[in-house]
Amino acid sequence: MAAPADFVPAPFRVVDRRQDTADTWTLELEPRIAFEPGQFTMLSAGGAGEVPISISGDTTGDRLVHTVRAVGLATSAICATEPGRMLSVRGPFGIPWPTDAIEGADVVIVAGGIGLAPLRPAILHVVANAERYGRSLVLYGARSPEQLLYPEQLAEWGAEVIVDTADADWTGRVGVVTKLIDQATFDADNAVAMLCGPEIMMRFAVPALAARGVSPERTYVSLERNMQCGIGQCGHCQLGPTLICRDGPVYRYSDVERWLGVAEL
Amino acid sequence: MQTIAELTAESHDFAGLDARYLELISGCGSTAHFRAGERLFRTGDAAERFYLVRHGRVALELYAASHQPLTIQTLQDGEIAGFSWLFEPYQWMFDARAVADTSAIAFDAVCLRGKCDADHELGYQLMRRFAGIALGRLQATRLQLLDVYGRAG
Repeated sequence: MAAPADFVPAPFRVVDRRQDTADTWTLELEPRIAFEPGQFTMLSAGGAGEVPISISGDTTGDRLVHTVRAVGLATSAICATEPGRMLSVRGPFGIPWPTDAIEGADVVIVAGGIGLAPLRPAILHVVANAERYGRSLVLYGARSPEQLLYPEQLAEWGAEVIVDTADADWTGRVGVVTKLIDQATFDADNAVAMLCGPEIMMRFAVPALAARGVSPERTYVSLERNMQCGIGQCGHCQLGPTLICRDGPVYRYSDVERWLGVAEL
Repeated sequence: MQTIAELTAESHDFAGLDARYLELISGCGSTAHFRAGERLFRTGDAAERFYLVRHGRVALELYAASHQPLTIQTLQDGEIAGFSWLFEPYQWMFDARAVADTSAIAFDAVCLRGKCDADHELGYQLMRRFAGIALGRLQATRLQLLDVYGRAG
């Protein structure tokens, strides 16, 4: 049941803003809020509409961090908000990545494009608490080298990166992210996967993981739909029997697999 | 020091191949080394060999007038570079360039085609494997064409 406070936006000040790619910006807001990796907030630059945006910062950080891709009126207005200006925030909402439940396992993190942002808090948590996990892998696919998010952190994490297309001066890998899964080294009997990216990418990545021994029961995905209220009241983000804002956005893949294959949904 | 047959057998794409066929294939192979920037083959040249990359990275590239060269795909340890040797007119459609120092096994196409013609079971085994690789690359290309990261949502 949503609490009254969940309906009321709170003012947050933008204290830092940096451009990640041609259309993507990271904004740091104050005050901080307590959240878990994978949760999102409903974010708004007054008058331009409210959108769900995953939190991309560190759970232990002193600011609320969002990485936003400007693809419409609301997100463009958020991205254009200068430091010192205010944004409206509701939340955090949603079911987080199961970072506690998977302790002891090898963690295979597969991200595509802007999908790295919702996974970043989980990656930061796993990296900061490496002794609690087995091997951790970050496999990241993007459209081009210019579209890579957090390039310095990718290097720190030892991420495997692959892009769809590149000029000849790129010496990294070109191809699809499933190829990284095929060639990754992990203990399949004791591995858990966390995926976020375009749904098409995830639908190809899940069988690639299964072929390596990571079943859909041990694969978690973060889904995105047309969220409007963020608190399970309006029904816009319904997927089969679930509401993604309330029951997700993170799901065990085996729990939603049948609904993702239904074109009408 | 490992033999060509042993090195070939380490490739996922040749896994499970009967030892006598591995010997036959390896008889057409020799080691090759390329420095970063060096080309394995060029568009339009005769496709007289293919490569099994042992170590390093190879980019398949497309050149066109008034365009920057584009990398279509990269290949690395254990992967095959080159399909055009299998089908007429036996001519490369893309360039292959080492983007890191690369060691490979080069297989002589004329030698291998001759052996496949003489032993159809070898030809079938080889064709099965190349068809599997081609299927994987076709599916990957379709995904790349969808430009899934470029779309909103």
